[in-house]
Amino acid sequence: MSDLTKMSAAQLAKAIAGKEASAVEVATAHLDRIDAVDERVHAFLHVDREGALAAAERVDKGEVTGPLAGVPIAVKDVIATKGVPTTAASKILEGWRPPYDATLVERLRAAGTVMLGKTNMDEFAMGSSTEYSAYGPTNNPWDLGRIPGGSGGGSAAALAAYEAPLAIGTDTGGSIRQPGAVTGTVGAKPTYGGTSRYGLIAFSSSLDTPGPCARNVEDAALLHSVIAGHDPRDSTSIPQPVPDVVGAARLGASGDLSGVKLGLVKEFAGDGSEPGVLSAFHEGLEALVKLGAEVVEVSCPHFEYALPAYYLIAPSEASSNLARFDGVRYGLRVGDDGNRSLEEVMSLTREAGFGPEVKRRIILGTYALSSGYYDAYYGQAQKVRTLITRDFQSAFERVDVLVSPTTPFVAFPFGSRTSDPYQMYLADLFTIPTNLYGGPAISVPCGLSEGLPVGFQVMAPTLADDRMYRVAAALESAVGTLTPPAL
Amino acid sequence: MAAISREEVAHLARLSRLAVTEEELDRFAGQLDVILQSVARIGEVAADDIPPTSHSVPLTNVYRDDVPTPCLTQEEALSGAPDAFEGRFRVPRILDEED
Repeated sequence: MSDLTKMSAAQLAKAIAGKEASAVEVATAHLDRIDAVDERVHAFLHVDREGALAAAERVDKGEVTGPLAGVPIAVKDVIATKGVPTTAASKILEGWRPPYDATLVERLRAAGTVMLGKTNMDEFAMGSSTEYSAYGPTNNPWDLGRIPGGSGGGSAAALAAYEAPLAIGTDTGGSIRQPGAVTGTVGAKPTYGGTSRYGLIAFSSSLDTPGPCARNVEDAALLHSVIAGHDPRDSTSIPQPVPDVVGAARLGASGDLSGVKLGLVKEFAGDGSEPGVLSAFHEGLEALVKLGAEVVEVSCPHFEYALPAYYLIAPSEASSNLARFDGVRYGLRVGDDGNRSLEEVMSLTREAGFGPEVKRRIILGTYALSSGYYDAYYGQAQKVRTLITRDFQSAFERVDVLVSPTTPFVAFPFGSRTSDPYQMYLADLFTIPTNLYGGPAISVPCGLSEGLPVGFQVMAPTLADDRMYRVAAALESAVGTLTPPAL
Repeated sequence: MAAISREEVAHLARLSRLAVTEEELDRFAGQLDVILQSVARIGEVAADDIPPTSHSVPLTNVYRDDVPTPCLTQEEALSGAPDAFEGRFRVPRILDEED
């Protein structure tokens, strides 16, 4: 067997089903790789060696079958895993072991995947670099002195470091796609409501969307098809069949895009993007044109207000969602000396348990929701959200998908954007409009700039997740996947 | 002019149940001011007659059949609690001594 950690999820599933490799061998190879490199990468907050080997043994005994039987997977630490520590990279949940599994974790187990552990992230998924993790940042396997993107930097870095062939992320403003872009991996945000939020620790409930991370488009589609679908335990889950994303990825890989119209958003042109990012993006665009696609310029005049709208809506929802961390039902409690009141203990607990970015967003959200400011901020942001949705809808009357760079800049050095929080927010300039609209979008590598990966974003209409997989797979067939330097 | 004052940030922190330090107040006030100045651009959009979107999925009143299914046991529900007493969550005192 060649190096098991270099194989794709589809290849591993086939090898295990064909008894060319055992699930235990595959799990062991990945656990050993984690032992060898994760001290330098720090993609994982918790490695569940025992649980992974037990799950792999069940596959080898034939007790568990499924489309991804025996394929290892890493899960972002914001998703509840029964009996396995789940912290959302926050001190306030240090040591918490959920008494239940998220719906998507149940589905991953049913599909036969072997969970290796939980991946690092910005605390409560708020950030674009993992520098806001309470447990220290993840290092980008392409250059250990640079950020792996965020919030799901751990999941993306685990893929790029060959610690896992598949990973789960969550995307509220770009937290799957931007890490995918800067680590040279693939990350897809499904249609909002296409994947269940049950068991996902809520950040911004109207935007949070779990989704697949992989090293190639077909693997991402395979994982997408396993986790997606209606869940009665999530009232925003869409009661409709999952689009045939795997079929679409295979169709795209055949390399024919004739008749497909790609929309180039006029308002994104030159909007703070690094020149190297723009040139890699345009090379990707030319590759798609050679496959038969047509490029049409479209105007989305309200996209320039997406970032302000997002930074009012998401913190508002977060300020409400994070009220549950009160030191009563789970997690940390500080200052309970028998004399202090509940309110004092709560305030001391939250002060000690939350990091600076989480506190900033809670305060910002409380401000935007307070009477006197509500109409000018939160209310206005919700109206702008309608206008952004209309921009998408009218663009999709003319084109099949919209395309853009995933993020304006390649992986930046640690510490270069933490002093001014707004500079960090700019990383999500191109990913945020999709979250406000609710449609699906994917990031796929399109080349390098200064030796670092650049991501190409494909955005599709709601419920047309298959369309983005087709275009992404076509691009991959033309430009190939990226191989990071050896660690 | 600053969009938000240090005093306002202190008030919001109290409302948010965050016992922030003096040093944090200084830092957050400056940072939140930069963020608010940037997001205030949202006011430029003429949107008076535009309906708000709270959610991208147009679903209301989602019901399902009321079928009992197994749920967490009392022990499981209390398993992550920082303090429990006689099968319940124990909380610090809620009333002042004189109440």
